[in-house]
Order: sequence, then structure tokens, then C-alpha cells
Amino acid sequence: MEQFLIFDNVSYPVLSMLVFTPILGAIGLFFINSQYMMKIWGFFITLLTAAISIPLYTNFDSTTAKYQFAEVYNWFPTINLNYSLGIDGISILLVILTTFVMPLCILCSWNYIDKRIREFLFAILIMESAMIGVFVSLNTVLFYIFWEAMLIPMYLLIAVWGGPRKDYASIKFFLYTLIASVFLLVAIIALYINTGTFFIPELMGRNFSFSFQIWVFLACAIAFAVKIPMFPLHTWLPAAHVEAPTAGSVILASVLLKMGGYGFIRFCLPITPLATEACVPFLIALSLASIIFGGYLALGQNDIKKLIAYSSVGHMGFVTLGIFVLNSAGLKGAMLQMINHGITTGALFICIGIIYERTHSRDIKVNSALGMFMPVYVTFLGIFSLSSLAFPGTNSFVGEFLVLLGAFSKSKLVGAIAIPGAVLAAAYMLRLLQKMVWADSDGHKHGDGSERGLFDLDLREKLTLAFLTVFVFWIGLNPEPLLNIMDESINHLLIQYNHGISQAVESSEGLHHALKAFKGFIAG
Amino acid sequence: MNLLLFLPELVLISMILFFFFGSLGAKKKLASDKSAIVFSILALFAALLSLNARGELFSGFYRIDLYSQTFKILILSAFFLVLVLGKGIRGIKNEIAPEYLMFLTISTFGLTCLTSASELLTIILCLEISSFSLYIAIPFRSDNSTKKHYEAGLKYILFGAVSTAVTLFGMSYIFGLCHTTVLKDLFAVLPSVLSESPAGLIGFVLMLTGFFFKLALFPMHFWTPDIYEGSSNETTAYIATLPKIAGLALIIRFIGISGAQSGDIILILTVLAALSMTLGNLSALVQEDIKRLIAYSTIAHAGYIMVGVLSAGSDGFSASIYYIIGYVLMNIALFFVIYNLSENGENISLDSLKGLSKKSPFLAFTLALAAFGMAGIPPTVGFTTKFLVFTSAISKGYYAIVIIGVINAGISAFYYLKLVRAAYTMGDDSEEKFAIGFGKAAFAVLVNIGILVTGIYPEPIISRAVEAVKYLFV
Repeated sequence: MEQFLIFDNVSYPVLSMLVFTPILGAIGLFFINSQYMMKIWGFFITLLTAAISIPLYTNFDSTTAKYQFAEVYNWFPTINLNYSLGIDGISILLVILTTFVMPLCILCSWNYIDKRIREFLFAILIMESAMIGVFVSLNTVLFYIFWEAMLIPMYLLIAVWGGPRKDYASIKFFLYTLIASVFLLVAIIALYINTGTFFIPELMGRNFSFSFQIWVFLACAIAFAVKIPMFPLHTWLPAAHVEAPTAGSVILASVLLKMGGYGFIRFCLPITPLATEACVPFLIALSLASIIFGGYLALGQNDIKKLIAYSSVGHMGFVTLGIFVLNSAGLKGAMLQMINHGITTGALFICIGIIYERTHSRDIKVNSALGMFMPVYVTFLGIFSLSSLAFPGTNSFVGEFLVLLGAFSKSKLVGAIAIPGAVLAAAYMLRLLQKMVWADSDGHKHGDGSERGLFDLDLREKLTLAFLTVFVFWIGLNPEPLLNIMDESINHLLIQYNHGISQAVESSEGLHHALKAFKGFIAG
Repeated sequence: MNLLLFLPELVLISMILFFFFGSLGAKKKLASDKSAIVFSILALFAALLSLNARGELFSGFYRIDLYSQTFKILILSAFFLVLVLGKGIRGIKNEIAPEYLMFLTISTFGLTCLTSASELLTIILCLEISSFSLYIAIPFRSDNSTKKHYEAGLKYILFGAVSTAVTLFGMSYIFGLCHTTVLKDLFAVLPSVLSESPAGLIGFVLMLTGFFFKLALFPMHFWTPDIYEGSSNETTAYIATLPKIAGLALIIRFIGISGAQSGDIILILTVLAALSMTLGNLSALVQEDIKRLIAYSTIAHAGYIMVGVLSAGSDGFSASIYYIIGYVLMNIALFFVIYNLSENGENISLDSLKGLSKKSPFLAFTLALAAFGMAGIPPTVGFTTKFLVFTSAISKGYYAIVIIGVINAGISAFYYLKLVRAAYTMGDDSEEKFAIGFGKAAFAVLVNIGILVTGIYPEPIISRAVEAVKYLFV
């Protein structure tokens, strides 16, 4: 086990602190009586967690693909189950994304949530622990526990503080994700029975039989495909996004969807390479379908939140496309696209929350012509919209460019099909921007005819959005540090993957032909 | 005779006598629920004291080993929890409360003996002691608006009598083929009888029927919904927990001595487990009365427990024992909510849960935790138990039953979520508050912590259960 891990990046158990700080903070909420102080406390805890996560970046050794900041403790020796944490170049960015987005979630619901503040903050903090836990777990059972534990607070966030159809949306979210992920549990147990370990690095690079790999792969892939979500399993997402409170939407978009992509990268590729190779054509086809359908559906929406929700489907299509073209550019692009989507779409949901607090509507028509009344707001909206459609100079451009680069080097056909998706993104985002900023600006009145409701951003809102804007341009203009940090891990992943395939090819000529046929099919 | 061997049973017998004499006088102050709780603590202590007692009593028909003592501790802890939960016994007519407690104690005594009984007729005897007292206790309900408790009592007798008859019939086969009724001697001959003679197999399965009845496993589940609905809330809490523990103890003991690692018996159990899960979960989807809903969920859980049992082996058996512990904890939490919501001992429907999170956030949280636990969501004990049960089944290569199990877990989530939905998303914004006392709150907090801690850190329970089941095979 030790050969996969590095223990001495820092002298204290930083990952456990990250996981448990929010939980302790959540318990602390019960000792505070004033609602204002609760918000301060929640904000403080999320900031503290973000602060604790900074050494991850500064002390990270990007020259190795080993799992760092590792912690291993005995937990359940009867079945050889350890409490093992660690991060590599793939998970570190997602952890930091999570810890940095969470304070914004509390900031953006400062006024929006007016009932049951204690429970709301409790759910948010538990959520943070579970999400960090998913990314830092090096143990399949621990991973699954955090993965599923997330359902409860997220369900409650939608069901209690959600919009008019919260009941429908929350139960759809819950059942979809639960039923999809119970099969993941079967896969985890089957892997354990076959290998005697739950430790993820030890499960990688084993030469499982092809049929076993296929079953494990399918069981995992369903769970991850629902979470990410991939067409045609995406239907829970628009409902959940639309009904969730702003903070819930931000968490969903920024972090939750990333877990699907992370799961593919962490489980499917290194543990079941042969099965992945066999399924790549279908997965690429579904990714392309997600890109095109997501974009096409976004084009027809009148509800701003729904529009962004469908655009998420399209963006996550790019992520899965990047993952399954299985080359360095594609995978790095997918990783970057996940981070960028977390920043940009999170910001867009905050923008929608801000306007919803003022006009109490998410209809594009009601919220048109804002440019006259809220110049600062529309500036931010413009920046994030452009980022969302991958305008050069913004963060998403780098990610999408790398994904497309990977796609074209895999097969020209795949790249060519993905391009209209990028065009569609421009179409629906510009339509949204045009309507919200300028349309009907002659004589259009809001609400009862007065413009009183439409005050521009206050300091809290400005700070929230400005913080994210920094990252839009920083990553857009200088993606080098992020790419460097994941470089070694991605290369290692690809080596593992190709090794898994070549090993099997040596052992079976028949399979070799089957794989060649698949490759020929996709290459056209 | 070493007193320690029979200490828990002696405490229970004195408790029975106490309530018997307490019910005779005109003033029944002393024979109250409070003294019952005190006695149950004493009995639990006695069981803890005699944990390491080993020996045989009554010419070898009564066996005391770590396995039986572990189950006695489980049964008596559950008894204590049920009594604390039903403190005040609102659902029972006041003047017969001492009698009610006496019958519950007799039933507990029967169940306690059942874990040690190691001879077929002794087993029947203990089984009947525990059942007959419950037949009587069910119609004690004070709710005059319905006659359902009489119906429930009658149904329980009929089903119970039939299942005992079937069990006796099966035992006659076993006795005929093995020429003994003592478990120790059966252990030597039963494996070969079962593998060689179809009559032995039929007899064995028929014999298990009576224990399936206790566990509410398909096809002996028909009584569950009606009896749960008809009994008062505290009686249901009792029926839902204690007999299940004892039933499991017996089933594991018999599967253990049958020597069945695979073969026909396992196949039969697999089919029963699959049907039990599926039927229970599908029927639970449409229930309005919460106790009926729990009854069907019990049938489903019996199926999950059998998944561990049919993986016949130390890890499967210990997983089942762990499962029943978690199951009892979650049931106690659910019935705590039901009991406290129903001020006059009436039944609770999904409608009466509406708006609970506003009326009493604490009860709503307890309900949510128990419901999510039963659905098997981590980090509750409901997840870890299912995980271990499935692990033991897959290690034997039984993938089909595990797939059926996880699909069922998905189905069950829907109706457990119904409980949470009713409590959290529905209901008007009435400002009506619902306060519960400090003692009750402390009790519920402990149960909640139990649900979480046993789920996150199962090692102590599992290692003890593994130790206990070792005694099955010696």
C-alpha cells in the first residue's frame, strides 16, 4: 500500500481536517441562537475550510503521480477496510474548487434564505464534508459512503428550500441518483471479493477478465453517467436545478456534477481499461448527443435557470468526450472543463439568484432590459455568459479547445460533430444575453411599472461575483499552473490504461481483433 | 447448578411474579411502567453478567453458550428500549396496565429461553410461551373507535397456531429420520439426512416455517400488516423488534446445524428472500397507515436478513446479527416518533406527519434519520448492514440475490422518502409547536447516535458476532 502514497507533505492530517471541519462546524450551529451569528459562523467555517485547503496547493508535489497528503488508519480490520485518504493531480483541483465555492454558496443565500437558517447551514456544511470526502477517499467504501451521504442534505436543500415543484424535483433527484449508484455498491463488493482490497490504487492495473470488467464497468458507469449527467440520463438535472435554491443550484452545478467525471477517471479508466476501450464508441456517441441535445434544448428555454441547466448538460458532454477520447489533451481538457464549468456555471446561477431576489421571476421576458437599471450586474452577466460559450481569453476556451484538440486527434468525425455544439452554446448564451440586457429597452417596465425593485448589486454580491471573475480570466489567460499540476497524474493514468490494454491483447488475440474492429468503427 | 447460567431468566421470572401480584390488589401503583424499566435493566445486567457462562441445564435441553448469551443481551436491550419508548403506555387501558406488562414480560421470557433451547420440543415450548402471551396482549388496546385490535388478536392466534402446527409436522419428519430431537445429536446426522433424503429436506423447511413466522418472512408474512395496524403503538414496537431477534437466533442455529453450505436449502432460502424483499417493498409503496407501511418494510427487511443467513458461514451469520441490531435501532427510532405523535394511542397516517418539521424539528430529524437508515443510505447503520450482508453473499457467488437486493433498496427508498417528504415538504405553516420532554429527547438522541455510530464503526459488533457464531458449530 505504501508504494502508492506520500505521507509527509505536511505534518498534520490536512485531508481529515478538511473533511471534518465542516461537520464540526455544523454541530457548532446548535450552540448559536442568533440567526445572524449563524450565518457568520457558517461563512467562517467555510472560509476556514478554504484556508485549510491552501497548503494542498502550495505543498503539492507535481512531479509524481503518487497520492499525496495520505492518511491511513485502521477502521474495520475484519474485512480489511482502512480509512485511507489521499489526493493526486486529478483530485486536488476538485477539492480546492469545492472549498472555494462553498463560502460563495453561503454568501449568495445571505438574504434569499429566510426560514430555518440553522437547518439550511447544517445541510450546506454536511454537504461540503461529503463532497470533499468523495474527492479525497482512496477507498471504495469510503468513497461510496460519502457519495451516498451527499444525497440526504442535497435532497433536503431542494425539498425544503426549493421552488414550487420542489417535491417532484427533489424526489426525482434522489431516486435517480440512488438507484443508479446502488449498482456501484455491487461493483465495489465484487472488486473486493476478487482482490481482497478496497484500496483504490491497488485495484488499478489488475488483469481482470474481460467479462468481469464489462460488468464492473457498466455498474460504475451508470452511477457516474447519471451524476454527470449524460444523455439520456440527464432528465433529473433541469428539474433539480430549477427548483433548488440558489446555493443548491451552485453546489449541484459546481461540484456535484464533477463527481461523475471524477468517478469515470478514477474508477472506470484505470480499473477496467478493457471494458472502457470496448465501450468507448458508445460513450463518445452519448457524449456528442449530450453536447448537441443539451445545446439544442437550451436554445428553446424561456426559464433562465432551465437554460443554464441544459447548457450544463452540453458542457458536461464536453467533459465526457474529453475523457473518452483517451489522450492527454482530451483528459486535461476534460479536467479543466470541469473546473471551468464549476466556476462559470456556478457564477451564472449566482447571477440568476440575484435577479430572482429582485424580480421574483426567472422568466427571460420578465427579466429583460436590465442593462438600463443594473449596469454592474449585466457586466458580470456578460463576462460569465461569454465564458460559458468558451470565448477566447476566458477559462472555458482553454478547456473546450483542449477537448476538441483531443477529439480531432482521435477522429475527425468526432471533432466535426462536436463543433456545432460549441456554436449552439454561442447561440443560446448570446440570445439570453441580448434579451436580458437590451431587448424591449424602449418603454419596458418592470413589475408594477416602477423600477424600485431593480437596484444594482450591493457589496456582498459584487465581491462574490468579482471573486469568480478573477478565476475566469486567470485560468483563461494562464492555464499553465493548473495543467502542470495534473500533468503527471494524467500521464500516469494513460500509461496505466494502455498497459491494461496491451496486457490483455497479449493474452488474447481474439480480443485484439474485436478491439480493432471497434476502433475502426469509430475512426470511420 | 450454577446460578449464573439461569440468572437472566430468573430475573425475568421474578419480574413476571412481581407484576402478577401487582395486578391482584386494588391499588396498582407499584406495578407500573417505571418498575418494568427498572426490572428490564436488572435483567439486562444479569445477561451481561452471565455473558461468559457456559453449560447445559435440564438434561442437556437448555444450552448456555456465547451465542445464546449474546442473543439474550440483544433481546433484553431491545426489551429495555421498547419499555422506555412506550413509557406511559398510552395505548393500553389503565386498569390492566400491570397485566399488560406481565404478558410482555412472559413473552420476553419465552424469547429469552428460545435462544438457549437446544431440543426441538423445548423450542416449541418456548415459542408458544412467547406467542401466547402476545395473543393476549394485543387486544388490550384502549382505542375504542375501532375493533381492529380484536381482529388482530384473533388473526395472530390463527396464523400462529397454523405455523406452529406446520413446524411440529416438520419436526415429526426430522425426528422420524434422525431419531433424536436434541440439537447436538441432530448436528451429527442432519447434514447427511438432508442431502440424501427429500423427506428430510421437506421436514426441515417445514420446521423452519414457525421461525419464518416470527421473522415475518415470505410466505409466513400475512399476519404482519393487520397485526401491526391493530395493535397499540407500544405493542407493535415490541412485536416489530423482540420476536425478530429470537426468530433470527433460531434460524441461524438451524441453518448452522444443517451443515448447508450450498444446495437445495440455500436455493429455497434464496427464493424466499427474493420474494420477501420484492413483495414487501412493492406492497409498502401504496400504504397510508404508517404502521402498515412499517409492517411491509419489515417483510422486506426479513428478506435482507435472510441474504446473510443463506450465505451460511461465519461472515454471513454475523452480518445477519449485525443487521438485526441495526434494524431494531431504526425501528425503535421510528416507533418513538409514532408513539410521541399519537397522543391518545391512535394510529398515525402519512397525513398526520405533514408539517412535522415545523411542529417538532427534533422528531422530524429522528424520523428522517431512521427512514434514510432503513433505505440504506450511509453513514447510517442501514447502509453498513446491507453492505456486509451483500458482501457475504457475493463472497459465495450469489450475485443474483444481491442484484435483486439492490434493486429493492432503490424501490424501498421511495416509500421511506414518503415519510421524510411528508415531514419536511408538506403541511401548512401553522405555528403550532410540539414539545417533548427532556428524558424522551435524551432517549431519542441516544438512539440516533446509536444509528450513526454502529453504522460508522461496526468493528466491535462484528467481531463479537463472529465470536458468538463460532459456538454454533461446537
